[in-house]
Amino acid sequence: MKKILVVDDDPYILMSLEFLMKKNGYQVMIARNGAEALEAINSNKPELILLDIMMPDVDGYSICKYVKSKKELKGIHIVFVSAKTKETDIQKGLELGASLYITKPFSTRELMKKVNELMQ
Amino acid sequence: MNKFFIIGCSIFYLLLLFIIAYWVEMSRKKGKNVTQKSWVYALSLAVYCTGWTYYGSVGRAVTNGLEFLSIYLGPSIMCALMMPLFRKLLRISKTQRLSSIADLISTRYGKNYSLGIIVTLCCVIGIIPYIALQLKAISDSFHLIISKHQEIGSNLWSNDTYLIAAVLSVFIIIFGTRSIDASERHEGLVAAIAFESIVKLVAFIALGVFVTYFLFNGFSSIFLAAHNAGLNEFFSLNAGFENNDWLAMILVSMLAMIFLPRQFQVSIVENTNEKSMNKAIWLFPLYLFLINLFVLPIAIGGKLLLGNTVGADTYVLSLPLHFNQPALSLFVYVGGLSAASGMIIVETIALSTMMSNHLVLPLIFSSKKMELNGEKTTVRNIKLSRRASIIVILLFACFYDKWIASSTSLVSIGLVSMAAVAQFAPATIGGIYSKVLTRKGAIVGIVTGFFVWFYTIIIPSFVNAGFMDSSIMDQGLMGISWLKPQALFGLNSMGLLAHSFFWSILFNIGSLIAVSLVTQPSRQEEYQAELFVNIYKYQGIAGGPGMWKSSAFIADVNTLLANFIGKNRAENLLSAYAQRHKIPYDQKEADPRIIDFTEKILTGVIGSASARFFVSNIAKEEEISIEKVISIVRESQQALELNKELKKNSLELSRAKEQLQAVNAQLVSMDILKDEFLYTVTHELRTPLTSIRALSEILFDNPDMEEPQRQQYLEGIVKEIERLSHLITQVLNLERYESGRQKLNQSVVDISELIKSVLESLKPLVQEKGIKAIFIPSDSMTILKCDQDMIRQVLYNLVSNAIKFVPENDGQIKIVCRPDDDELTIWVMDNGKGIPEELRTLIFDKFFQAKNQTIQKPIGSGLGLAICKRIVEMHGGRIYVEPISPQGAKFVFTLPFS
Repeated sequence: MKKILVVDDDPYILMSLEFLMKKNGYQVMIARNGAEALEAINSNKPELILLDIMMPDVDGYSICKYVKSKKELKGIHIVFVSAKTKETDIQKGLELGASLYITKPFSTRELMKKVNELMQ
Repeated sequence: MNKFFIIGCSIFYLLLLFIIAYWVEMSRKKGKNVTQKSWVYALSLAVYCTGWTYYGSVGRAVTNGLEFLSIYLGPSIMCALMMPLFRKLLRISKTQRLSSIADLISTRYGKNYSLGIIVTLCCVIGIIPYIALQLKAISDSFHLIISKHQEIGSNLWSNDTYLIAAVLSVFIIIFGTRSIDASERHEGLVAAIAFESIVKLVAFIALGVFVTYFLFNGFSSIFLAAHNAGLNEFFSLNAGFENNDWLAMILVSMLAMIFLPRQFQVSIVENTNEKSMNKAIWLFPLYLFLINLFVLPIAIGGKLLLGNTVGADTYVLSLPLHFNQPALSLFVYVGGLSAASGMIIVETIALSTMMSNHLVLPLIFSSKKMELNGEKTTVRNIKLSRRASIIVILLFACFYDKWIASSTSLVSIGLVSMAAVAQFAPATIGGIYSKVLTRKGAIVGIVTGFFVWFYTIIIPSFVNAGFMDSSIMDQGLMGISWLKPQALFGLNSMGLLAHSFFWSILFNIGSLIAVSLVTQPSRQEEYQAELFVNIYKYQGIAGGPGMWKSSAFIADVNTLLANFIGKNRAENLLSAYAQRHKIPYDQKEADPRIIDFTEKILTGVIGSASARFFVSNIAKEEEISIEKVISIVRESQQALELNKELKKNSLELSRAKEQLQAVNAQLVSMDILKDEFLYTVTHELRTPLTSIRALSEILFDNPDMEEPQRQQYLEGIVKEIERLSHLITQVLNLERYESGRQKLNQSVVDISELIKSVLESLKPLVQEKGIKAIFIPSDSMTILKCDQDMIRQVLYNLVSNAIKFVPENDGQIKIVCRPDDDELTIWVMDNGKGIPEELRTLIFDKFFQAKNQTIQKPIGSGLGLAICKRIVEMHGGRIYVEPISPQGAKFVFTLPFS
C-alpha cells in the first residue's frame, strides 16, 4: 500500500484529508506541525506529502526544500494544500519542486483525482 | 655717529625691505598670500603716518598743543562713519579695474582724457612738495644723527637727497612696475609697507617709553613737571584752537584718507579682500592711537630738557642723541626713515601710474595712432613710461626740496597737500551717489577749487619764501582788497588752512553743481553714471550691461589685447571669460561682453580713457541712446531676477514634488497595509471554509458513514461556521472602529458591575477548564461615562484570552479595578505562560497571531486585542501588557473619568 503523509495544523482539515486518503486505499500518516512532519518523513518515507504552508513551527516551504535537497527523498511527490493564494506564493511552491499546489478551500473530488493521478 | 655707519644702516634697512618684498612675492607664487590678512591691510593703511607724523607731530604739539590730534581724529572718524562710501568706492574700482583716483574720476565722467589729465596734474602739483618733505625728513635726520647739532630744516642742499631718491627709485621700479597691469596688486610692496608701519610704531613707542619712564618717572611726573614749568598750553585746548584750523584739519584729513594717492593705492587698489575692511576700521584707529600716545610726553620732555636749543621738529631724534643713547638714536632714526620711505614709495607708485596712464601714454598712443608694434614693444613702452614717471617725480621732489622747501615747516606742507587732494572729493563722492553731475561740471569744479587752493595757500608760502612780492598779501591781487590771498572777500577770521579749505571747497562744489545743471552729459557719461551710482545693482551681470552694440572681430580684439599682455595670456583670458559666462567665442564677431571685458583689462593696464580709445578704434560703435543702454541694463537685471525667481520656483517645485512623493509613499504603504489586511482576512476565512467544505463533501459522498463519525463531522462543521461568523463580526467591528464610523454611545456605567457581569457570562468556560477567576472590587467609586457595550467587549476579550492561556485546573485569573485622580485602571492578570518582552506591543496588531504562527498556535480570530486597543484609545485610555512573577501576563487598561 502506498504511503501518504498529511501535514496540517487545523484539526478538521487533517481529519477530512485523513479520511479521504484512507478511503482511496492509501496508508496515511498525519503530522500536526513541521517537526512531526520531518520526523515522519525520515522514519517512514511516504510516496506523497499533502503539505500545508503556514504552520506554528517549520513552514511548508522549508519542509519541501528539505525533501528536495535529500537524494533519497527527492522522489517524494509534494502537494501543497494552502490558504495562501497569491500568485507569488504558488510560484514559490512550484519552484521549490512541488508537483502540485492546491488552494484552500478545495474540492475533495478534484483533490483525490489529482492525488490518484500522481500516485499511478 | 659715523657717517658711513649710518649710511650702511640705511642701505641695510632698505635692503631688508627688498628682501621682505621679494620673499612675499615668491611665497605668493607658491600660493601663500600674507597680504590677504586683515592686519596686514590695516598696517598698510598706516602709510598715512609719514615722516611728518614721526617728527612733525611733536613740533606741532610744542607750538599748537593738542591740535596735532586733529589729523588723526579725521581718519578715525572716517573709519567709523564712512564705511559705506569706502565699500562702494572699492566695489566700483574692482569691477572697473581702476588703478588710481584719476582713473576713477575720469571713468565716472565718461572715460575722458581731459579729466584724467587735470586730476593727475593737480595730484602732481599738490603731492610733489609732500614727497619732497619726506626726502627732506630723511636727509635732515641723517645729518642730525651724524652730527648732533645739525637742525632739521636748516641744512643746505646736499647730494644725500639724490642718493636716497635714487635708492628708493630702484626699489619702486623693481617692485612697482613688475606687472604692467596697474590694477593688479603689488603684494611684496604691501608687505614691505606693513613692515615699515611696524618699525615706525615700535621705534616711536620705544622713544616715548625712554622719555617717559627713564628721563621722567611716568606720565604723571612728566605732566607735573610741565605744569610746574608753566607749560600749560600743552594740554589746553585753547592753544591751537583760536582759529578754525583744527576743524579744517579734521575735515581735510578725513578726505585725505581716501583722496591722497597713496591712501587710495593701499586702501582701494591694493585691497585683496573686501572683508579685511571690517577689521581695519578698528585696527587702523588703534594704530593711530598708539603712535600718538607719546607725542605729548616727548614734546614736553623736549621742551623741558632741550628747550629752544634745537627746533621742536628735531626733538624726536635730538632727545636720545642728547642723552647719549646711540642704539636708541639709531632705532629712532630708522623709524623715521621707514615712515618717510614708506610714504615716498607708495605715493610715487600711485603718482607714476597716474602720470603714465593719463599724461605720457595718451601722448605716445595719439602720436603713433594705433601703431602697436606687438606685445614686446608695447609692454616696453608702458613700463618705460611708468619708470620714467617714477624718476621724474622723484627728481621733481628733489628739485622742490632744493629750491623751495627750505623755508616751509614740516607740518604745513602735509596739510597743504591734503587740502589739494580734498578738491577731488565733491566730484568723486557726488559722482558715485548722484547721476546729475557732468564731466564739464567736474572739470570746472576741480579746476576752480584747485585754483582757489593755490591762490590762498601756495601764494602766501611763495611770498613767505621771498619768491613773490608781499604786496599781494597786503593789498590783494592787483590792489583789489577782497582778493587778498589770506582774506578772500574780507574773510579774515580764519586760520590759513581753514580759510583755504573753506573757500576752495565752496567754489569747487558751487561750480560743480552750477555747471552740471547747465550742461548735458554725454551718453557715455550717463552710462558710467548709471554704473557707478547703482554699482550694487549690477553685481553679477557678466561684463556689465555692455555699452557696445558693436561689430568687432574676435581676431581684432585678440590682437589688441595681445599687444598689451601677450598673445597667450590674451587668448587664455578671453576664452576663460567666455567659458565662465557662457558667451559664444568661436564666432568671427566678438560678443559685446567680450569687448567690454577687453576694455576693462586694458583699463587696468593703461587707464580707462586710453582703453576706450583703443577699443573704440577696433569696435564699430553703434550709438545707442542712454535709455536703451539703461533698458539693456534693466533687462539683464530683470533676467537676473527672473533667473533667481525661476530658481526659487523650481526649488519650490522640487520641494512640492518631494512632498507629493512622500504622501504617495504613505498612500502606497497604506494600500499595502490594506491589501495585507484583506489578504490576511481572506486567508483566515479560508481555513474554516476549507474544513466546512471538506467535511460536508465527505458527508455527502459517504452516506454510509458510521453515526459517531458523522456526528463528529457535523460538530466540526458547526464549530467552524461559528468561528467564521465570529471572525466576520470582529473584522466588521474593527473596520468600523478604525474608520471612525462607530460613534461612542456613552452612558454612566459602573465598571465594577460590568466586570461582574462579564465574569458571570464566562462562568461556563471557567468551570469547564476547572480554573479560578476572581474579581477584587475597589472601595472607591468606579463609575464613569463610557460605551458600555464596547467596554464589555474589551473585558470579555481580555478575560476570555486569559482563560485560553492559563493551564487547566491550576489556572488563576484575577481582575482588579482601582480609580485614582483622573482615571480608572483595570488589571486582568493570569498565571499563563506570559508574553515575551519583545512581543508586548506587537500583540495588539491585527492578525498578529496569524502572521506569527511560528510563535504561537492560533487561538481565536487574531483581532481581539486589536479591537480592545482601538476601543480603549477611542475612550482616551491606554492599554498595555506587563509581566508578573513567577509567570503570567498582566493586561492593563485605563479609562479617563472625563
